[in-house]
Amino acid sequence: MTAATGVSAALRSKYEAVIGIECHVELRTATKMFCGCVNEFGGEPNTKVCPVCLALPGALPVPNRAAIEHMIRAGLAFGAEIPAFSKFDRKNYFYPDMPKDYQISQYDMPLTQGGAVTYWREDGTMGRCALERIHLEEDTGKSTHAGSGDGRIAGSSYSLVDFNRAGVPLMECVSKPEIHSAQDAVAFLEALKRTLLQLGVSDVKMEEGSLRCDANVSIRLAGSAELGTKAEIKNMNSFRSVGRAIESEIDRQIDVVESGGRVVQETRGWDEARGVTISMRSKEQAHDYRYFPDPDLVPMEVSRERVEALRATLPEAPWIRFTRYTAEMGLSPTQATQLVDNVPLADFFDRCVTASKNPQQATNFILGDLSRLANESGVQVAESKVRAEDVAELVALVEGKIVNSKIAKSLLERMWAGEGSPKAIVEREGLAQTSDPGAVARFVDEVLAANPNVVADFRAGKTNVAGFLVGQIMKASRGKADPELVNRMLREKLAASDE
Amino acid sequence: MSKETIESSAAAIAGRVGARELSAAEVTEAALGRIAASDDAVGAYLTVLGDGAREHALRVDARIAGGESLPLAGVPLAVKDNMCLTGTRTTCGSKILENWIAPYTATAVQRLLDAGCVPVGKTNMDEFAMGSSCENSALGVTRNPYDLSRVPGGSSGGSAAAVAAFEAAIGTGSDTGGSIREPGAFCNAIGFKPTYGRISRYGLIAFASSLDQIGPLTRTVEDAALAYDAMAGFDPMDATSVDRPVETAATHLRRDLKGVRIGIAREFDTAKLGAESHACYARAYRDLEALGAELVEISLPTADYGLATYYLIAPAECSSNLARFDGVRYGLRVEGDDVQAMYEATRAAGFGAEVKRRILIGTYALSSGYYDAYYVRAQKARTLIAADFAKAFETCDLIASPAASSPAFEFNAKSDPYSMYLMDYYTIPFSLAGLPALSVPCGWVTPEGGSSPMPMGLQLAAPLFEERALLGAAHAYEVATSHATRHRPRLAEVAK
Repeated sequence: MTAATGVSAALRSKYEAVIGIECHVELRTATKMFCGCVNEFGGEPNTKVCPVCLALPGALPVPNRAAIEHMIRAGLAFGAEIPAFSKFDRKNYFYPDMPKDYQISQYDMPLTQGGAVTYWREDGTMGRCALERIHLEEDTGKSTHAGSGDGRIAGSSYSLVDFNRAGVPLMECVSKPEIHSAQDAVAFLEALKRTLLQLGVSDVKMEEGSLRCDANVSIRLAGSAELGTKAEIKNMNSFRSVGRAIESEIDRQIDVVESGGRVVQETRGWDEARGVTISMRSKEQAHDYRYFPDPDLVPMEVSRERVEALRATLPEAPWIRFTRYTAEMGLSPTQATQLVDNVPLADFFDRCVTASKNPQQATNFILGDLSRLANESGVQVAESKVRAEDVAELVALVEGKIVNSKIAKSLLERMWAGEGSPKAIVEREGLAQTSDPGAVARFVDEVLAANPNVVADFRAGKTNVAGFLVGQIMKASRGKADPELVNRMLREKLAASDE
Repeated sequence: MSKETIESSAAAIAGRVGARELSAAEVTEAALGRIAASDDAVGAYLTVLGDGAREHALRVDARIAGGESLPLAGVPLAVKDNMCLTGTRTTCGSKILENWIAPYTATAVQRLLDAGCVPVGKTNMDEFAMGSSCENSALGVTRNPYDLSRVPGGSSGGSAAAVAAFEAAIGTGSDTGGSIREPGAFCNAIGFKPTYGRISRYGLIAFASSLDQIGPLTRTVEDAALAYDAMAGFDPMDATSVDRPVETAATHLRRDLKGVRIGIAREFDTAKLGAESHACYARAYRDLEALGAELVEISLPTADYGLATYYLIAPAECSSNLARFDGVRYGLRVEGDDVQAMYEATRAAGFGAEVKRRILIGTYALSSGYYDAYYVRAQKARTLIAADFAKAFETCDLIASPAASSPAFEFNAKSDPYSMYLMDYYTIPFSLAGLPALSVPCGWVTPEGGSSPMPMGLQLAAPLFEERALLGAAHAYEVATSHATRHRPRLAEVAK
């Protein structure tokens, strides 16, 4: 193990990183993949088990239809093909937390084929990574090793197994090695996560293990088409660690090659505290899993009608929404991401925009004051008393210079409190902006007359006191004066009397 | 209670219990008495339920008293020891499960209990249903009630012997390549394997999932039909069970074979079975004709590949199915220095030679580099064999053949595994095609060097889901020929 030293930018650009991501996603279903046990995280060990998921003699698996539908929907969301036939296969190997000592998985005829994850970067540019495969399988139990101090198997005196997780439906998703930076790998994962979340097929929580991912990292000379020897990086428990681990691994491999060495194929674990990857085991002897079709399960036929019915349930893909917000509406990547990541809010936004046609103003209200009010109250904007139509109305009031931003802010608070249509409030209380130059001139004159000392200060060069005067004028108008007009007239009058 | 009662059919017992002439408790007591008298000699049971059986009987009597009509009221039931029954030891004839208590009940067994059966015990079998003589049991020896020096057949030999010795009226069996039909033939019983998928496998400890099928062993065709009617039907717990209505069989038993075309395969030449056997089957075919059947020559050109095909597919599946017996969660555990050593020690001590042989063959057949040459080819052969039957059934309604390659043989007569495998030569092709098939007694042959006449079995098979036609025809043959009642088990005299 060598800690990666900082690799210079010049050296970095000499190489290209090639990264593939392998994810396991626990699907959110009421019951496990092949039995009626509840599918939920945690609980007292071995309380969510039955003859089937404990693999008692004679027990048989029956597939969970909801999990299959989740898979088809996920596949469609990633643009995959859904073949007419699919089947389950057995992957045979012995492991104490795998009750049957084989895993029911899918080998050569998975439920979905192809597809890609389209993601975007912080700067709003788009990326795309094709998927090698997505298939459905079952999760294993969890082993706890006792007596070794660090919970690892080496040196432990005995092991305990909890089968609560055994048989939970699991989606394996493997990308092609088409990612070339740690940032893109994280962006890929974020896109994958938000897609699955929005489909409602998984909680996608890394901290609860409903999303687990490994990264295959290799480097090659920039411009080369050959694939280098890869290392598989494990033990990353957040997207941030995925990014850091990949960065560190790329640097390590560059160091190895630059110092005349060769990268070896191995599994490396990410050490979060030290910020380095550590060799766990070198190239295992290729496992022969002896895959064969599971004779306990009949092949699945997926009708085109069913596929189309499921396709009709898909929400708008996050990346399509992102593109719509940025390219069509001119939102910033940050604003667009904020909206896309909060589907009810984005839907609320879409309703606002449909009614008002002013996306930027609507964004300001929704991501500004309304989101602040939502945070303060713990009530989501979309579930608050504020209607999208009311926000659209307010956008129109501001756009038509009927109210200024200050009044708009107070109107938002009143809408939040449930007072309804801002237009009605404005009309009822005469809050419409005063844009009549005669009326505004009167307020300006009034304030200038009342504050001779301030006027004198201004003329003496303290131009920053203008703000005070604007405030006073706005106050005199009970906030209704058109601030732009106030500014212009104030400066005109100060300049005029200056001569 | 009279000897006649315990030796009468399930139908007769159920009739009398239903009419309250007899209680299930009395029948159960009689069955337990018969077991106590004769099973030391026969060895059909690995576990006798005793008080557990008595409790079941009281529940049946309470249901009868409550006005329920039960088609198998009070019928003593022998359950093959690879089927789960809550609270009872379920061993599969293996040391690895020697002390395993099932915490749930197999669907097929539960349906028999629902119909009024009283389970009196769990029966011996070849370990994990791998064998044709019961000699592969790690837990006991079962003897043929018609000649104690001979095997009862297998793997459902315990159930067959129990039924033959009047220690139960119905025995459950499981048939993967002949494991119901061959012991049925050896023990003068009806051994009936329905269509694959017709009876749930939930709670049947798997040997080869794509072939395993539960069915009854009984002394009469009517009893087989009653047991089948009780067990058959879709089960949501078994994804391979077929969701289609069951045509009850017991209501459609026939007295003749008029209009039935029975196919005799030209490839199944009985002359090679020896003169006595050849004559026996020749007469059986003539008797079918005499009952009105039209005999049709058919061809099953790929049937000869059945054995080779079967001995790839079944071991491949078993190598995976038996992986779960690893010492981690239940059953035998032999400790080792680490988990790998524990696995190895447990499985080395827990499995017998035949089970190990098949796990090794199956592991090999599924291995990378051999998979296409063995497993995939075997699957293709299986498809061809099934196609041969489909073609044959275009010209006939049923197929008749020997049920086994010989009558019951003496212990240790088949020490070479291949000679044992050959016993199932006639039954295996039908299993590969998933077809319903049964063996029905068709005569008696005194084997060379033997002292007693031993029963012979005729196999009758039908197209998929044609159980009603199959049992109907077998009934006509049984009633017309009465072979089964020509001799009594030697044991009955011992027991008296």
